[in-house]
Amino acid sequence: MANFKARIKVPKKAKKGEVFQVKTLVTHKMETGLRKNKKTGKKIPRFIINKFACNYNGKEVFSSNWHPAISANPYMSFYVRAEKSGSLDFSWTDDKGQVGTKSAKIMVTG
Amino acid sequence: MVQRIEMKPVNRRDILRICGSGALALLSTSMLPGLVYADAKAVASEIKKLIGDKKMTEGRITIEAPQIAENGNTVPIGFTVDSPMTDADHVQSVHIFADENPSPEVASFHFSPASGKAQANTRMRMIKTQNVVAVAQTNTGSVFMAKAPVKVTIGGCGG
Repeated sequence: MANFKARIKVPKKAKKGEVFQVKTLVTHKMETGLRKNKKTGKKIPRFIINKFACNYNGKEVFSSNWHPAISANPYMSFYVRAEKSGSLDFSWTDDKGQVGTKSAKIMVTG
Repeated sequence: MVQRIEMKPVNRRDILRICGSGALALLSTSMLPGLVYADAKAVASEIKKLIGDKKMTEGRITIEAPQIAENGNTVPIGFTVDSPMTDADHVQSVHIFADENPSPEVASFHFSPASGKAQANTRMRMIKTQNVVAVAQTNTGSVFMAKAPVKVTIGGCGG
């Protein structure tokens, strides 16, 4: 498994039905494939994270496909509606098929 | 691109030729050699590929983007689609395009009713001043689009 350095921000508690924001940040160069090595003049091959997904208690609630136009160290924020206590699992997949994961727990009250 | 010109008597035809190639060279360096740009047409064909020949209506999407982006390497970009996000009526996916980047696709976002809100934010690269186009598709089959111009001071795609 790839060692992706990722930071996520999920509230610890939420009321049932509340829509809360999730913020994620992962460290990655996101090489576009357009840059050239200044010494050799050769193109640096494309190497990006092309897929991000968020599962809430095993069910996919949000996902995103990324193209080279996404900045280095991709930031992503989105919303999830609180249903049940459980976990939010995040995964990032890169061009080499490596997957980085991270998860967070959430308590749903009421 | 350096033009090497041999020293020899020059006639009118040569001058014309040199000027022509010079102008060409200038044109290609100003556009970063080797990079082919997308344009509004490429965006339109990309949209067609993703959603087919559906009719698009403007509106319901609000794009959050700076009017002027100082650094084209990280331009904060976000959108909100006005939708109840229920099982019966929700936004399925939103696609973001940039009409003058080397490739028009930026990202696609897939929502579900459990998202609660069809809103997301990220950061993108922009090579120069251009339009950002957002296309949203709902489960009922309707398609919405919105456009926002962004001025870029320093482009960011690497050259």
